[in-house]
Amino acid sequence: MTITNDSNTELGTSRVKRGLAEMLKGGVIMDVVTADQAKIAEDAGAVAVMALERVPADIRAQGGVARMSDPDLIDAIVSSVSIPVMAKARIGHFVEAQVLQALKVDYIDESEVLSPADYVNHIDKWQFNVPFVCGATNLGEALRRITEGAAMIRSKGEAGTGDVSEATKHIRTITGQINELKSKTKDELYVAAKELQAPYELVAEVAATGKLPVVLFTAGGVATPADAALMMQLGADGVFVGSGIFKSGNPERRAAAIVKATTFYDDAEVIADVSRGLGEAMVGINVADLAAPHRLAERGW
Amino acid sequence: MSPTSLHRTASPNVAGSDTLTVGVLALQGDFREHLAVLRGFGADAVPVRRPEELDSIDGIVIPGGESTVIDKLSRIFGLAEPLKRALAEGLPAYGTCAGLIMLSARIVDGIEGQESLGALDIDVRRNAFGSQTDSFEVDLKVPAIGEPPLHAVFIRAPVVERVGDEVKTLATLRDGRVVAVEQGNLLGTSFHPEMTDDHRFHRYFLDKVRAAR
Repeated sequence: MTITNDSNTELGTSRVKRGLAEMLKGGVIMDVVTADQAKIAEDAGAVAVMALERVPADIRAQGGVARMSDPDLIDAIVSSVSIPVMAKARIGHFVEAQVLQALKVDYIDESEVLSPADYVNHIDKWQFNVPFVCGATNLGEALRRITEGAAMIRSKGEAGTGDVSEATKHIRTITGQINELKSKTKDELYVAAKELQAPYELVAEVAATGKLPVVLFTAGGVATPADAALMMQLGADGVFVGSGIFKSGNPERRAAAIVKATTFYDDAEVIADVSRGLGEAMVGINVADLAAPHRLAERGW
Repeated sequence: MSPTSLHRTASPNVAGSDTLTVGVLALQGDFREHLAVLRGFGADAVPVRRPEELDSIDGIVIPGGESTVIDKLSRIFGLAEPLKRALAEGLPAYGTCAGLIMLSARIVDGIEGQESLGALDIDVRRNAFGSQTDSFEVDLKVPAIGEPPLHAVFIRAPVVERVGDEVKTLATLRDGRVVAVEQGNLLGTSFHPEMTDDHRFHRYFLDKVRAAR
């Protein structure tokens, strides 16, 4: 804590944890597996990068247990860019999270894309100074993660598919359930809290403000500028793009195009313009063709 | 996104009668929070993403966000040059965090090719405190806005490393590092008043906008 001499300095507060996510709004967070890719992402206009060993499409193709990345890889990526660096820990693996905090990453993603380490408990995220982002498929799941200390939520989608349909479903579910809460009377909110399996105070807060108390991004299957703009028009604060960039024909160009489409998500002319000549999109898998055990979104609860 | 507020109520906090139109650069970052604060003071706050949207504003706020992204998008979409000209002609501007970096004359540690608007005669260093785990909140004495001290939120924040002759330092940390500056109609803070309920910096800025109009 060498940062200032001011005696009343507070580190790791909810406000600074949630605050970094506020600064990422309207931006694109890109999965990268090397320092070179991180540089390409930064140059293309990523607001942050997600450092990992294999993008979800490869995790899916290669199978096996997916874990936290090698610290050398994370160090290399942290030192290659000046934008925030996020890294993934397995669900419930609080020691991987301790390691990532020691490596000075800017955000930890407690992620269903990796193999869960605990099928009962998520990480107690209040124990950390570093903020966490967690996936959710519905409002109850989002509020449970926030209760555990998540400072940012991303809808899960189905990572590594290039199929945006699950991302659409999850963001629509979350925003739809928020809209339902807004119309409820106080006595109905007690039941809503029970049904959402979330604390009443948090449910009442969402009902009153009409939004989550933390930033909401979307993830999982975003592969084109139009996909990113779709997520933004559906109410996302920003977009994670995993395999969609570096599994495509021209990553630099596609990355820059997705950034522009995220800012001008409501301007079809800009989206049309940036969508031209991007080369091959990632090949993709239809989520409907995935056997249920291979669906990552069903990890976490 | 609603482009303009429907309610043009005069604020008790800002002297004068006519409504001020204040733009907020809305390419990336926490521009919605700034729009809400400015509307709370009765200003007609409008998001700015296109060059022509600069024409009708009395002042501009550049929000927090990622400075490399805001810089890139402002040049790609043709905002940077007209904004530089407007600032040179005296358009009042307030930058928070990434916005302070954007307003600066020089970025000490920008990424390759990163540019700034060159309005405030200062040099800034990005992420001057370290990674996110070093982000912090602190009470700051700011004589220009009076008592009590301002509770300031620093998130991967920059500091001002050189202050030009025309620039007035408004606040420093106890170790002397400069975190708020003013130069004529320009105002910049390393921290984020839009993230708290204490909006004296916005009021201070709106007073400048009104005086400059």
